[in-house]
Amino acid sequence: MPTVAELAVQSLGAETPDAAHGGQVIAARALNLTFQTNDGPVHALKDVNLTINKGDFVSFIGPSGCGKTTFLRCIAGLEAPTGGEITVNGMTPDEARRARAYGYVFQAAGLYPWRTIGGNIKLPLEIMGFSKSEQADRVKRVLDLVDLAGFEKKFPWQLSGGMQQRASIARALAFDADILLMDEPFGALDEIVRDHLNEQLLQLWARTEKTIGFVTHSIPEAVYLSTKIVVMSPRPGRITDVIDSPLPKERPLDIRDTPEFIEIAHRVRDGLRAGHVDD
Amino acid sequence: MKSLLPILTVIGAILLVWFVAVVPMNMHLTADQAQRDGLVVSPETPAERQTYSGLGLTLKNPSLIGLTYGLERPRLPSPHQVGAEMWDTIFEKRVTSRRSLVYHGWVTLSATLLGFAIGTTLGILLAVGIVYNKAMDMSVMPWAIASQTIPILALAPMIIVMLGAIGIQGLFPKSVISAYLSFFPVVVGMVKGLRSPDAMQMDLLRTYNASSAQGFWKLRLPASVPYLFASLKIGISASLVGAIVAELPTGARAGFGARMLVGDQYGQPLVTWAALFAAAITAAALVGLFSAIERMTLRRMGMQAT
Repeated sequence: MPTVAELAVQSLGAETPDAAHGGQVIAARALNLTFQTNDGPVHALKDVNLTINKGDFVSFIGPSGCGKTTFLRCIAGLEAPTGGEITVNGMTPDEARRARAYGYVFQAAGLYPWRTIGGNIKLPLEIMGFSKSEQADRVKRVLDLVDLAGFEKKFPWQLSGGMQQRASIARALAFDADILLMDEPFGALDEIVRDHLNEQLLQLWARTEKTIGFVTHSIPEAVYLSTKIVVMSPRPGRITDVIDSPLPKERPLDIRDTPEFIEIAHRVRDGLRAGHVDD
Repeated sequence: MKSLLPILTVIGAILLVWFVAVVPMNMHLTADQAQRDGLVVSPETPAERQTYSGLGLTLKNPSLIGLTYGLERPRLPSPHQVGAEMWDTIFEKRVTSRRSLVYHGWVTLSATLLGFAIGTTLGILLAVGIVYNKAMDMSVMPWAIASQTIPILALAPMIIVMLGAIGIQGLFPKSVISAYLSFFPVVVGMVKGLRSPDAMQMDLLRTYNASSAQGFWKLRLPASVPYLFASLKIGISASLVGAIVAELPTGARAGFGARMLVGDQYGQPLVTWAALFAAAITAAALVGLFSAIERMTLRRMGMQAT
């Protein structure tokens, strides 16, 4: 097990040439985004450089206003950067969005109350024009993936908050995008449910080999889940540290008590604190 | 049936007040009639009696109280008189008869339903236009609001007369008034309903690269259903009022409105009151019907009725 000192640290602002190999899924170079508000311009993202490789589980962590959600929305093509460039699967985010390259999970499950769980998962499939039999197959498969088999005919209000969020993850998985973008998906859930879902998410990631971008403000959650932790700080929103996690892929919940885990958590906390002193 | 007791209590209270009020309201007429029939009344001349209030006259002639409930043309009919008149004109007359309330009810109801269908369709179309078209958003709503500030009683005869001048008569002009009153709640409710999906819901559809039409059919329209039903319940009763108002000032020969007018003009208060109650019962039944459809629809859609 390497120590923190040995952790591979990605240098900030300098993209290494070998980062452009085939495994690279998301690449941002000198990304800037300024919102024009009534109180003047807000620098939501400043000079963000980041490369995410295929199969990475990347967490974005930082206080509110640090631009972590904005960056995720830039990847998704839901926000347009005002400077720099960003590619997703070698395309612009908007092209990637139209190619349905990613599934997006929001903080709230956002299931349609008038559709059953199965019907909600079918929503993207109907929009994308899958055949009826294909839809049924996929619903069954993703419900198995998130451990909700047998709940297909239930309505959202009949499920707990954690189960609803799992259904919304199933909905994002249904059309087999390689990238899964998650914006604080477990933020509204209590600690015990959250632990359970984190564990399940890791298993799901291992089975599907997806590239995951995960926004959170919980240090243990970020360290437990990620292969790469991106620490951000606000005003202007920027990356202050990128930590490649040395933890093994196999992670039982009690890995959180190991010295390695605690060391990484320390480094994340230091990064957050450093960003805080700046403003 | 938990709501039955409060409802019966309120009805009981209303009937009680009504029964008590009949006596002083009708006492002058009763005294005049009693005198013609040779009974002793005090004071003895109608002119003297006019100086008394209804209550004062009642206190002077307590023996006449029973007679106040049996006048042929009372100022305030008693509940049992109205009930008897309704029973007679609803159940005892052939439904094709001009004296049947069922016949008049159907005339008004058919105009109501046609007008309601027109108004609802128009309201939904306008709402879709307002939500999807910026120019309509800016222009239609102020006019829709302005249209409802015009007293319908002033507007109804003008519409009937104008449509009559170009040869359109009968059911349709009344339906226009009904539609005029019922489109507004539908516009307001549907605009709110179609706009009820939040930013996150819209973003979710963008991540699927959904078309605008898919957004309408799969998100906006189903999300607007609960709002639509709230509007329909207001719209259907407004429609009925519209149809009745359209019958009042225009010499219509059939319908609840015509019946009320006839009762007024020919001094037959029982006819007016019976038509009034029949209209109220019809309105309640229509709203009840839509409440039932609402409950069924929302249950089938997996949403509990609110």
